[in-house]
Amino acid sequence: MFETLTAKLGDVFERLKRRGALAEGDVDAALREVRVALLEADVALPVVKDFIAGVKLKAIGQEVIRSVSPGQMVVKIVHDHLIDTLGATAVEINLRAVPPVPILMVGLQGSGKTTTTAKLALRLTQRDKKKVLMASLDTRRPAAQEQLAVLGQQTGVVTLPIIAGQDPVAIARRAVEAGAREGYDVVLLDTAGRLAIDDELMAEAAAVRDATKPAETLLVADAMTGQDAVNLARAFNEKIGITGIVLTRVDGDARGGAALSMRAVTGRPIKLIGIGEKLDAIDVFHPDRIAGRILGMGDIVGLVEKAAETVEKEEAEKLARKAAKGEFDFDDMAAQLRQLRKMGGLSGVMGLLPGVGKIKKQMAEAKVDDRIVRRQEAIIGSMTKAERRDVRLLNGRRRRRIAKGSGTTVEEVNRLVKQYMEMGRMMKQVTKLGQKGVMRAGMASLFRR
Amino acid sequence: MNWFRRLTSGLARSSNRLVEGIARAVGRGGLDAAALEALEEALIAADLGPSVASRLIDGIRNRRFDKGADEVAVREALAEEIAAILAPVARPFAPDPARRPHVVLVVGVNGSGKTTTIGKLARALAADGRRIILAAGDTFRAAAVSQLRIWGERTGSRVVSGAEGADPAALAFEALQAARADGADVLMIDTAGRLHNKTDLMAELAKVVRVIKKLDPDAPHDVLLVLDATTGQNALAQVETFRSMVAVNGLVVTKLDGSARGGVLVAIAEKFALPVVAIGVGEGVEDLSAFSPAEFARSLLGLSPQI
Repeated sequence: MFETLTAKLGDVFERLKRRGALAEGDVDAALREVRVALLEADVALPVVKDFIAGVKLKAIGQEVIRSVSPGQMVVKIVHDHLIDTLGATAVEINLRAVPPVPILMVGLQGSGKTTTTAKLALRLTQRDKKKVLMASLDTRRPAAQEQLAVLGQQTGVVTLPIIAGQDPVAIARRAVEAGAREGYDVVLLDTAGRLAIDDELMAEAAAVRDATKPAETLLVADAMTGQDAVNLARAFNEKIGITGIVLTRVDGDARGGAALSMRAVTGRPIKLIGIGEKLDAIDVFHPDRIAGRILGMGDIVGLVEKAAETVEKEEAEKLARKAAKGEFDFDDMAAQLRQLRKMGGLSGVMGLLPGVGKIKKQMAEAKVDDRIVRRQEAIIGSMTKAERRDVRLLNGRRRRRIAKGSGTTVEEVNRLVKQYMEMGRMMKQVTKLGQKGVMRAGMASLFRR
Repeated sequence: MNWFRRLTSGLARSSNRLVEGIARAVGRGGLDAAALEALEEALIAADLGPSVASRLIDGIRNRRFDKGADEVAVREALAEEIAAILAPVARPFAPDPARRPHVVLVVGVNGSGKTTTIGKLARALAADGRRIILAAGDTFRAAAVSQLRIWGERTGSRVVSGAEGADPAALAFEALQAARADGADVLMIDTAGRLHNKTDLMAELAKVVRVIKKLDPDAPHDVLLVLDATTGQNALAQVETFRSMVAVNGLVVTKLDGSARGGVLVAIAEKFALPVVAIGVGEGVEDLSAFSPAEFARSLLGLSPQI
């Protein structure tokens, strides 16, 4: 979600790196760019100001003058400060209370409360082996209670039976009582979406809080939120009192400045992030990774984890063995392309790689997109088995046939062949590094044209 | 309460901050560099975005205020600039009565308020005596169909729906056939919320349009993108992608009754010149209004509506 900010800061620091020593003026220039980039990323103005002031304080002076590589020094200072602002470590959901532990979900309309409630319920059930009860207190939006009930069926998490006409506080009480009576560990209370400025509804949420004494009150907020993030976070914190934040739609391409804003303004940790439409698409928030992404250092940990999830281990080992013997063929390349696609395509992977903000922009300008991967798969699919095993067979006539068969051009076929040769060469070089090395080299050569 | 008052009361908080900023700016005796910066920051805080803000500030810089110009004069000037940017994009939602049916596709990211917007639009059209059919094209989200069905009951409109997880394109096709058979005036097709960077889901949306065109090459006659006013600069990316995939020709901005200012609308108007056909200013069914640039601009700056 932070890609574009990454690109911005990448530009700034690239300029810095090209110069020798770093003067105060350079820091100022860099920070002006950082400021605009943060604002474009929807980081709230007061937070930006504090952030810039904090970085400047650290950047100008001894440390910078003495440092060997000033550009890197500034990058590091900004990075560290980002982590400080986002919170140094991941914070888990607090379940240290007498069961049933009530957890209250609050937020604006459309922020994703109900979906997040179901995701959290599933996570607590599967990962923490908790017995979870969900209850919808949303008596306002049409079919909201029904939505949670359906999600309960999908996740196999029990939902409180709906009694028409009951008010939110009564439903909450009934949920906690049922939770205690039936031996649940956790009771998730999904409230109706409300405006931060709607005093009546905020009072209602506070009444639910007083009636249930939740161990956690989680503010669910959209990663796309603009400058209003500070206002809503502050309002919810002051009027209801939140213990943590869940950031939703982090799988979108919003730059996510809201994360910084809300954390800075409330001092509450971002505990979870929503990363997709599926009900298991929820993860803990890793401030260090996000900060790394902001600065163009890439989310390497995320990439490796994503790769580990998607790449079948056996297939990878087979590939490594073959590559070591110099037997890397077009079928293997096709397998790699498939894996690449599974990992979210070129753009998905590139977003996680360090320093590719710029390449990505060039790719967009050159209209290189994920369709290329599919076209390349089609080219390989149009080769005969023999051709896939032996690149030497591919003379001009065969290439023309392949281009025709795959609906591509001879130039594209040629490009693929060249890429295949390069991959094969690199495979041999890096097999010593093991399967991860193989994979990385394979992908790196894909990016070259 | 009329819609303008609702909008104004919603925008009051933001405007107050903006006004404070300007009051500070001018209070220092003329618009010096520091004052202009404060002014620019105030605009940024209203979600207008850094580039639009700096453009507006340039306009103010060149305008040369009298030495004793008060902050109201500066606000008026700013409101004029903003209204000038917004003026070309105000176009009320007006289905063509000659078409039977006029097909409206409603798209947007998750939680932007598509279904509610459809309900409100249907209400207004029904009150106008139009026969409406609603297509429950959100086959993904749990209970989305039920939500639309409740709106159908409220507005006396027939709702065409399929099974959960059904192909939305097939459903849209069916709904258009049904609407034709019924001689309905307007067919409104709801769609599942989708993030614009999800290629597969955007392709699914393009398919809906493709399939509708098989029955009526001119349909959908309106493709409305529903935008949450709380959204920041990402709204620009949303507009860009949705527009390129399904030829969006109108915007509906929702949740303007909250503390969010929807200032990004100014940036969108400047960049895409996409008509704003309606704004949502409350939770009630009647809280959907035509978009008035001058009033929006003035209320954004905390000024009373022009008479």
